[in-house]
Amino acid sequence: MDDLLREFITETNESLDVVDVELVKFEQEPNNATILDNIFRLVHTIKGTCGFLGLPRLEGIAHAAETLMGKFREGAPVTQEAVSIILSSIDKIKDILAELEAAEGEEPQGDDSELIGKLEEMSAKADVAMANGGVAEEEPALAEDPAQPAETDSGPPDQSLERPLRPGEVSLDELERAFRETEIEVEIAETSVDEDAADEAIAEAAAEEQRATEKPKPEVTVERKPAAAASAESQKAEAGDKKSSGNSVSNQSIRVAVDTLEHLMTMVSELVLTRNQLLEIVRRHEDSEFKVPLQRLSNVTAELQEGVMATRMQPIGNAWQKLPRIVRDLSQDLDKPIDLEMIGADTELDRQVLEMIKDPLTHMVRNSADHGLELPEARRAAGKPEKGKITLAAYHEGGHIIIEVRDDGKGLDVEKIKAKVLERGLATEAEFDKMSDAQIHKFIFAAGFSTAAEVTSVSGRGVGMDVVRNNIELIGGTVDLRSTQGKGTSFIIKIPLTLAIVSTLIVEAGGDRFAIPQLSVVELVRVQHNSEHRIERIKDTPVLRLRNKLLPLVHMSHLLGIVDEAKAEEAFDADNGFIVVMQVGSQTFGVVVDGVFHTEEIVVKPMSTMLRNLTMFSGNTILGDGSVIMIIDPNGVASAMASHASSAVTEQAEEEAEDLSRRADTGQNAISLLLFRAGAPEPKAVPLSLVTRLEEFEVNKIERSNGRDLVQYRGALMPLVYVNEGDRHKTDGTQPMLVFSDSGRSMGLVVDEIVDIVEDRMNIEVGSERPGILGSAIVKERATEIIDLGYYLPQAFEDWFMRKEMDIQALTKKVLFVDDSAFFRNMLTPVLKAAGYDVTTCGSASQAFEMLENGAKFHAVVSDIEMPEINGFEFCESLRRDPRFRNMPILALSAMVTPASIERGRQAGFDDYVAKFDRPGLIAALKDVFSGEMGVAA
Amino acid sequence: MTMLENKVTAGSDMIQYVTVVIGGQLFGLPISQVHDVFVPESVTRVPLSAPEVAGVLNLRGRIVTAINMRRRLHLPPLEEGQMMAVGIEYKHESYGLVIDTVGEVLTLPASSAEPNPSNLDKRWAEISGGVHRLDGRLMVILDVSRLLGAMFTEPMVAA
Repeated sequence: MDDLLREFITETNESLDVVDVELVKFEQEPNNATILDNIFRLVHTIKGTCGFLGLPRLEGIAHAAETLMGKFREGAPVTQEAVSIILSSIDKIKDILAELEAAEGEEPQGDDSELIGKLEEMSAKADVAMANGGVAEEEPALAEDPAQPAETDSGPPDQSLERPLRPGEVSLDELERAFRETEIEVEIAETSVDEDAADEAIAEAAAEEQRATEKPKPEVTVERKPAAAASAESQKAEAGDKKSSGNSVSNQSIRVAVDTLEHLMTMVSELVLTRNQLLEIVRRHEDSEFKVPLQRLSNVTAELQEGVMATRMQPIGNAWQKLPRIVRDLSQDLDKPIDLEMIGADTELDRQVLEMIKDPLTHMVRNSADHGLELPEARRAAGKPEKGKITLAAYHEGGHIIIEVRDDGKGLDVEKIKAKVLERGLATEAEFDKMSDAQIHKFIFAAGFSTAAEVTSVSGRGVGMDVVRNNIELIGGTVDLRSTQGKGTSFIIKIPLTLAIVSTLIVEAGGDRFAIPQLSVVELVRVQHNSEHRIERIKDTPVLRLRNKLLPLVHMSHLLGIVDEAKAEEAFDADNGFIVVMQVGSQTFGVVVDGVFHTEEIVVKPMSTMLRNLTMFSGNTILGDGSVIMIIDPNGVASAMASHASSAVTEQAEEEAEDLSRRADTGQNAISLLLFRAGAPEPKAVPLSLVTRLEEFEVNKIERSNGRDLVQYRGALMPLVYVNEGDRHKTDGTQPMLVFSDSGRSMGLVVDEIVDIVEDRMNIEVGSERPGILGSAIVKERATEIIDLGYYLPQAFEDWFMRKEMDIQALTKKVLFVDDSAFFRNMLTPVLKAAGYDVTTCGSASQAFEMLENGAKFHAVVSDIEMPEINGFEFCESLRRDPRFRNMPILALSAMVTPASIERGRQAGFDDYVAKFDRPGLIAALKDVFSGEMGVAA
Repeated sequence: MTMLENKVTAGSDMIQYVTVVIGGQLFGLPISQVHDVFVPESVTRVPLSAPEVAGVLNLRGRIVTAINMRRRLHLPPLEEGQMMAVGIEYKHESYGLVIDTVGEVLTLPASSAEPNPSNLDKRWAEISGGVHRLDGRLMVILDVSRLLGAMFTEPMVAA
């Protein structure tokens, strides 16, 4: 791509940004001729240059847009629709430019006829509108009259006469083309200078043309001559005017490639470093004659550094440039009138930082417009002006720049955030109780959080604020927010002025020095064997008690793999040293170092590409003493910390993972639950596997006999049981009930309504003291009472559990029932008790061991398989190893009954393997083992 | 032969080499690639880097990545004596090849270079651009881009 084109692209992009802003302003103040002139001039320049460079697509669009704007200048009413179409054509131009840049100067293929058509249509409309009025008074304002050069108050001369050409006239475009064909040098000059000069160039070209003998269209020139000359004159006058007024700044600035500045910056950094070195040397020599000149050098260097830094500084307004346009579009999309106020746009900050905050800022403004501001009706109802207001403010504070994004909308909804946080499981209700509203507000920065009830095209995709926070933190900034319900929200971003110089803490580890950026250092803790702060260990993991919190520790030399094995162990064991408490994101940890020196301001230099794969370092630099030091990347340490910790506790983690899966198999296993309502509006549930049938009976079929309700069911009388004592069945219609059957006997549990059957984890969270209720669990996001069948069955038949050959012997049998799930303990204990066993329960194998060790005697053990820590198989195996329990009957109870698990159970030494929920099976198995035992004994 | 003559004779078919000795073996680096020769001092170790990376050092305000050539060539470390380094530039970054000693500048015809003998240690062959037969000794041409390039693609080579 040649320089000309590159220059053009850069310049045009800049112009377009200005046009964006100006157009939005213009829409609000359609009568402001200065703004319109500005826009017009910029678009015109773009059009002209495109023509020169042979970019027909761009030229076409720019021309059509210019035409439409010409109508505005002539007094056509400015409609929102028209502005929108111009804005979209500007967008199109931008797109094409981007492609042009990517394709190294090749204009992309494409068809813009639709857009151009729209623009033309709009121009035609504007014509009609104009014809209906306003033309007359606007007419004199047109700079077409060569006799009135003073009339050019509306900016540069009107180069495109947006009216039908009069006889003998020719369009200025054609005239320009004629210029182009005559004088090439001038054209090139024109593209590379700013538009004032460009205008002059045209004037010169016009003059040139007058002198030229062979003209492409001589008659045109002759006809136009006075006009062209006049316009040239007026241009000069105009240009002179402008120079004396606002435009003087642009003439005093030059465009410098960023690379040049970067290089300059590096060189100055070098100079600063060298000066520091010199200062250090001189410090060691008293009465050095270098002292005075060095002082001078030092001052000059400092000034130079400041100066060069200043060249990197840009007003923050540059980052805001796109916002008016975005807000305008949003305001239309969302039907919310929005006023964007920008304060302190000239506050300067480092170019690099500027680039980094552009996107977060845009995102926040979008958020404010979308979520923050209410719809006009809501605002009116709240007694606020209909037009919402978003304020952007920037100012310096210390070495930082503060940027505030403020809206006067509804503020953050604490309840909504809470609900969302609960849903995401980021915190619990109990934790909320301890939090202030401000703390709860901060949850919006949590990953994957979005409070917008509905995802809109504008925002609310849930990648919002956490990304914003990350981006800001990446450059060492912080973001805070203040929100008042009904009043509005403001986000306060605090970022350092520059990234070029970083304050670091110099530490030593494993004999080498490293620099840790101060930004991530929270505090330093000195640890000594006998001091209040000492390193403690959990297994082999070092931790530090710091203000009642446990801080995970890692030794830096371990992290960096520079352990001199024998030595490091020693150092670590001695427990002397410093702990650098670092915070990265939400992660806080301590890095143990051997020594801490001092803090030093350093200029970060990128590492060689060969070393860039090292995530632990973010760069390197030369210290005052001339040595190179590696700069620790806190993010790298944080992630290494995580993996380091995980490798140390891999086994543990694996066990935990197993536990989790086990847990999932048992108590938290998804099982089918039958949801129903009975006696009370709260849902109740019973495991579906226990229910034999769901039945409905005509109410009149319910008979009363012997003081209880019965129905005839399959040739027998089935007693009805109510969930709450004193409940009545319905008086008419049909009565739903759950039928439980066992060995030919049935019981009907009267319910009001059968709600649903769900697959869910049943985790009884709150135990119950009430008979008939095992406890409460969350089923389908509602607290649900799990009923205890063991309580109801004997109500139907008192001997429900006892009728089966219950003998005296059984009663004397003591059974130990081991299950980690409270539900099953509660569920099966009555069953076993009812069958005549003396049941003792415990929640884990280790508890069982303890009981057995303490001499508790049992005739049999019934153990769950899937338990945390020690599972049923291991439990059984270890019991079998003990001679005391070698012959004790042990039954396995599991939710998972597969041939493989039964085989595994047999190998572990179980006498039998019974499925949970198979109550008769359990009773039968127990009976079997006891009879077998007795058989053996006999 | 004076420097001037050297330059004059260094026509298109003549290449000037800076000779260096690594572990007793003579190597040649094209002079166009050698920026300076220096004594590597206060080299800062870079933890977790490839073993051949000796560290980073400050060479007149520039941070130079030092490559331990003995380790790169799988030779035992130098027992004693002052190491030297040859400063080269590769892809706009400065590297220092830490070697035993620097020899002289030789001007050799490009045509007299022979390809690597087929039985050359593979680890050597991958960084050697050929061999020159000199009086009584052989000079292996160090191919800088292959030497450093291989370390980018496989940063953990020869771990």
